[in-house]
Amino acid sequence: MSESFTKGMARNIYYGGSVFFFLIFLALTFHTVKEMPKRDHRENITEAVAKGKHLWEKNNCIGCHTLIGEGAYFAPELGNVYTRRGGEAGFKAFFNGWMKAQPLNIPGRRRMPQFNLTDQEIDELAEFLKWTSELDTNNWPPNIEG
Amino acid sequence: MNTLKYQSQAVAKPYFIFAMILFVGQILFGLLMGLQYVVGDIVGDLIPFNVARMVHTNLLIVWILFGFMGSAYYLVPDEAETELYSPKLAMILFWIFAAAGVATILGYLLVPYSTLADLTFNELWPTMGREFLEMPTITKIGIVVVVLGFLFNLGMTILKGRKTAINMVLMTGLIGLAVFFLFSFYNPVNLALDKLFWWFVVHLWVEGVWELIMGAILAYILIKVTGVDREVIEKWLYVIIAMALISGILGTGHHFYWLMVPEYWQWVGSIFSALEPLPFFAMVLYAFNMVNRRRREHPNKAATLWALGTAVMAFLGAGVWGFLHTLSFVNYYTHGTQITAAHGHMAFYGAYAMIVMTIMSYAMPKLRGIGEANCNRAQVVEMWGFWLMTVAMVFITLFLTGAGILQVWLQRIPESGEALGFMATQDKLAIFFWAREIAGVFFLLGLICYISSFFVTEKKTA
Repeated sequence: MSESFTKGMARNIYYGGSVFFFLIFLALTFHTVKEMPKRDHRENITEAVAKGKHLWEKNNCIGCHTLIGEGAYFAPELGNVYTRRGGEAGFKAFFNGWMKAQPLNIPGRRRMPQFNLTDQEIDELAEFLKWTSELDTNNWPPNIEG
Repeated sequence: MNTLKYQSQAVAKPYFIFAMILFVGQILFGLLMGLQYVVGDIVGDLIPFNVARMVHTNLLIVWILFGFMGSAYYLVPDEAETELYSPKLAMILFWIFAAAGVATILGYLLVPYSTLADLTFNELWPTMGREFLEMPTITKIGIVVVVLGFLFNLGMTILKGRKTAINMVLMTGLIGLAVFFLFSFYNPVNLALDKLFWWFVVHLWVEGVWELIMGAILAYILIKVTGVDREVIEKWLYVIIAMALISGILGTGHHFYWLMVPEYWQWVGSIFSALEPLPFFAMVLYAFNMVNRRRREHPNKAATLWALGTAVMAFLGAGVWGFLHTLSFVNYYTHGTQITAAHGHMAFYGAYAMIVMTIMSYAMPKLRGIGEANCNRAQVVEMWGFWLMTVAMVFITLFLTGAGILQVWLQRIPESGEALGFMATQDKLAIFFWAREIAGVFFLLGLICYISSFFVTEKKTA
């Protein structure tokens, strides 16, 4: 590096640059948080949805699955599982059966544990997944398979 | 033989040793998960995948934190030219952190996660069950206490001593680490907000303030092993971290593309994160430049190798593999596939695992009273460890990338109805997962080599 470019100049770029861009980041974050109600439909977060999210966390579902692409890559995406597995007409029945059938015990297949949830808890989890499937994700995922 | 300039630097040693123990655990659980990918649950209900993964990732985070703390306790007194404010506090915090870490991991392994949540009163302040932040709320509070004590100890040391650029940058990075961790306590019912602010911990750590920590440690080691003038090295350090933060802060946007946020993040995230490889590229130029301009031949060849290696691997893993899937129109197809896993593995190893092993390589001979460097035989074994682990990681990354490309091709690109489902796709990727597992075994061999180098001594002359 050129001798005329001093350590002091480099330090000023570091402090000035990071403060400047951090402030922009904060401003954009404030704007984003203000815009989010239009996209997350938070008015539809019922008590069941809230309890469902808690169950999702309490059973570490993210340890195998992704939710809108974030999580572990061991098991299917669940952000859109509601639409993939029956939607309004069939999801809840499918989901209840699925949760109760675990573990499937197919040799060599990755195995989902049995979480021993009650019917009501399964319903709450389903409500959470339904609400999640209705989020505006800028059209992600590219297709129904997630 | 006493080879430490300041006696209190010795507190770094248990931190480094404990970090390595956790590292071994991390790799063993990684191998278990790799097998579960291809043969299902070989250990029955004993260790389900989600538990193994939690142990694998949390051990990584905790051992890197132990490594950073050891690094700071070693280099801050040396840079400040004074003894550590309180070696006793450093040791108390070591035991608290080690006990909390072991208890948490045992909690993951011994009881179902939902039971652990109940036992630790998660419902009072639910923070569990989110990726990488799975630890109970009480453990999170413990981490805050330990980090605050640690920062206090370092801050008091720096206040009474010399304030070098390296110390100031390291402190800024560590304070940032503490501040952004506080977002892990924010877990709103609204998943959209939860996800947005979760990245304030995850991204602003690994693509933000941790880079300051890495830069400071690397600068310190380069000064030590090359003897190049501090003014030159610190100037480079400022340039690199300036680039890291200028690109990395708004680069956070590349995680927001598919969250419930305005579309402008696609532009902001793509443009700024496309610049994120630059600081890592500069780091490669700088490390090689400084070593070529060296004014002394340091007897610790292994430490120099680690310093060059971490720069190159961080550039490849974080820079190149990050760039591969960072543009929003690419990420639309690759988001949450094995491509992400490939990038994550090489970036963490290259930037953070290797920087900790760099400073350990330099500091351990002094901490153990051996001298400037280990004997030649020990260094050769250590370098075998370096190459085995590093080459194995390159292959792990390549195989996961292969898996990811095929996964995108089969599962993401075709239209609904024609695309293969997730589980059917995974079956098609099995060959890549097997190859990754074999590369993982070589990584473990490298790690065994590395650890055994600490026990190699000069041959007795008869």
